[in-house]
Amino acid sequence: MAYDKFDILKSSAVPLPIENVDTDQIIPARFLKATERVGFGDNLFRDWRYNSDESPKKDFVLNNDTYSGKILVGGKNFGSGSSREHAAWAIYDYGFRCVVSSFFADIFRNNCLNIGVLPVKVSPEFLEHVFNEINRNPSTTLTVNLPNQTIMIDATGSSESFDINPYKKDNMTNGFDDIDYLLNIKEDIKTFSKDTPL
Amino acid sequence: MKKTLFDKVWDGHVVQQIDRGPDVLFIDRHMVHEVTSPVAFLGLKNRKIKVLYPERTFATADHNTPTINQHLPVQDPLSAKQLEALENNAKEHGISFWGLGHEKNGIVHVVGPEYGITLPGATIVCGDSHTSTHGAFGAIAFGIGTSEVEMVLSTQCILQPKPKKMRITINGELQMGVTPKDVALFIISKLTTSGATGHFVEYAGDVFTNMTMEGRMTVCNLSIEMGARGGMIAPDEKTFHYIKDREFTPKGTDWDKAMDYWQDLYTDEGASFDEEYFFNGSEIEPMITFGTNPGMGIGISKNIPDAANVEGGSATYEKSLNYMGYNEGETMIGKEIDFVFLGSCTNGRIEDFRAFTEMVKGRKKAANVTAWLVPGSHKVEKAIEEEGLLDILKESGFELREPGCSACLAMNDDKVPVGKYAVSTSNRNFEGRQGPGSRTLLASPIMAAAAAVTGKVTDPRTLIN
Ligand code: SF4
Repeated sequence: MAYDKFDILKSSAVPLPIENVDTDQIIPARFLKATERVGFGDNLFRDWRYNSDESPKKDFVLNNDTYSGKILVGGKNFGSGSSREHAAWAIYDYGFRCVVSSFFADIFRNNCLNIGVLPVKVSPEFLEHVFNEINRNPSTTLTVNLPNQTIMIDATGSSESFDINPYKKDNMTNGFDDIDYLLNIKEDIKTFSKDTPL
Repeated sequence: MKKTLFDKVWDGHVVQQIDRGPDVLFIDRHMVHEVTSPVAFLGLKNRKIKVLYPERTFATADHNTPTINQHLPVQDPLSAKQLEALENNAKEHGISFWGLGHEKNGIVHVVGPEYGITLPGATIVCGDSHTSTHGAFGAIAFGIGTSEVEMVLSTQCILQPKPKKMRITINGELQMGVTPKDVALFIISKLTTSGATGHFVEYAGDVFTNMTMEGRMTVCNLSIEMGARGGMIAPDEKTFHYIKDREFTPKGTDWDKAMDYWQDLYTDEGASFDEEYFFNGSEIEPMITFGTNPGMGIGISKNIPDAANVEGGSATYEKSLNYMGYNEGETMIGKEIDFVFLGSCTNGRIEDFRAFTEMVKGRKKAANVTAWLVPGSHKVEKAIEEEGLLDILKESGFELREPGCSACLAMNDDKVPVGKYAVSTSNRNFEGRQGPGSRTLLASPIMAAAAAVTGKVTDPRTLIN
C-alpha cells in the first residue's frame, strides 16, 4: 500500500517514557478483527487510554492536550511481542509519522518501514535528553531529517545521526513499497523456484 | 568457508542481493490465518494479481475461533466475517484451507509440523510471531507483518537483511520436574525480552539433543520472547523420524534427495557467531513469571527480585508489579490463582496433555479454579481421547475444549476477567493479553497442573511421587 513520502519532519512530540511497550498495548488483540485497514488510530493504546466504561484515563499522555505532534517518543525496546502490523497501522492512522526510541523490536521496526512510519533509533543518552526537553517544554520541536539521517532537538541544537538501510531509505523518501520491486524481478524468482521443489 | 546451520539455509535461499540493501529471500512454505491475511489479500486484489505459488501456501483458522460449539455458526459477527474472508480468499486463489471443523484444523504452528509442511532446511513464514516454532526442525522460520504476507503471496519472496547469529549452548542434565518450557523461560530471564533482538538463535548442547521434537518446538517457539527473529536446532535422526511419511513431506526418491541436503544441515566446526551464551542445564529450576513480560521469570524457589537488582528502569518494573498486585521479595509459592490455561502453540501438543494428565491423575481440580484445556489441533484432540487421557481428566473434574488459540490472545470469548490470575502454558504475560485487566503467570504444563489441583501456585516437584 502506498504511503506519503517522508523527507524532513519538524514537529512537537508525544512522550511515553515506558520500557518494553509491547504491541498488545499498542493495539489489543480484540481490535484485530477488521478485514480492511480502517479505524485503527481510534484504538491506539486502547487499554491505557480508556477506562472500561470508555471514559478517557486522564493520566495517559494521549489524553493530555499539553502534548501533541507527529512524533512518538517511547522507552527502550519499543514494539516487542506480537508481529501484528496493526500496531504500526494504529500509530500511522493516529497521525504519527515517526517513532523515536533507544531500541526497537525487529518485526515492529520492519512493519513501520513497510508502511511509512520512520523508526528512529537514538542513544539512551539522547533519548533521555529528548524526554527532559519535552518535560521542560511540551511544545518543544524535533527535526527528523531522513535524507541526512539526523534528528535534532531544535531548542538546544543537539542532534544525533541514525541508521537506516539505504534501500529502505530510498523507499521511504519515494513512497515506494517492496512489492513493486519484487514484481519487477518475477522471472528471476520463477527460475529460482524450479530448483527448490518443496 | 565455515558456515553455521543458519548460514547454510539462508544462503541457499537468496535469489538476489540488493546492493547495500536487504536480501531477496525465497520462501518455501507460507502459512496464513484469518487475522493477519485479509488486508494482504485485499492488496493483491488492488494490484490485480494472483497468489504466485498457491501450492506453497496453507491456510488455517485459529486465532479468532470459538473453542466450544464449533459446529454452530460463529456468534461474533466480526470474527465470522474474518473467517469467511479467509475461506473465500483461499478458494479464489486455490490455497489448501483447513477451516473450522475441518479434520486438519488447528493452531497454525501445531498443524504445520503435524502434516509435514514443516521441513528441515526450509524457509517458512507466517503472519504470527511464533512462527519461530518450526525452527525445531532446522528450518528458518519467522513471523512477518501483513505487508510482508502480501509480498510472499504475490512473489513468494521477502526482502530481509540477513540477521546476526547467536548460539545458546546448554549442556548437563535437567533436574526432575524441569521441562523444555522451563529451559526457555530460564533463557529469556537471563537474556531479557530484548537480549536477542536482531539475531537468529541456534540452540546447541545435549539439553536440546536429548529433547523430544515437541520439546524443541516449545523452545524455538519462545525464541521471539527474547527479541530473536527466530530460533533453530540442527536436524537429527529424531527430526527425520518425526517427519517421515507425513502428508506433505517428500516421498520416494524425492525423500532421498532431500535427505542428502538435510544431512548437511549442521554448524561447521569453527564457524563463528556474533554472540554466544553458555548455561548449565542442571542449574535450571521449574520456572514461573511474576511480571508483565516473559523475561520476568524466576525459579519457583526464588523470591521476586528487588527493583534495585533488575536491569533497566525501576519505574517500568514497579508499574509491572503494581499491575500484577505483587511486591518485591515475595515468594510466588502459595499465591492464589483463578484460572489455568493449558494450550497454545507453545504447550498445546499431545506431550503437554500427557504431562498435565499425569500430574492431575488421582487428584481433583480445585474448586476455585476455572480450567481451560484447549488442544492445539484436532489431531491432538483425537489423541487425547484415544490414549485415554480424556477419561482421566474427566475423572479429575476437567473438561476439554475444541482446538484454537483461545486464551493465548483472547480474541474469542476465552478471556480472563479483570484482576484475575491465570497460570498459563502460553507465551505472553503482557498486560491484558488474556483479556483486559487479566494477570498471567507463565509456566510449564506440570506447573499449571499443580496449580489446577491445589488452587494456588505450587512447586510441581512436591506433587511428583
Ligand atoms: S497460540 Fe497464541 S502465539 Fe500461538 S499462533 Fe495462536 S495466538 Fe499466536
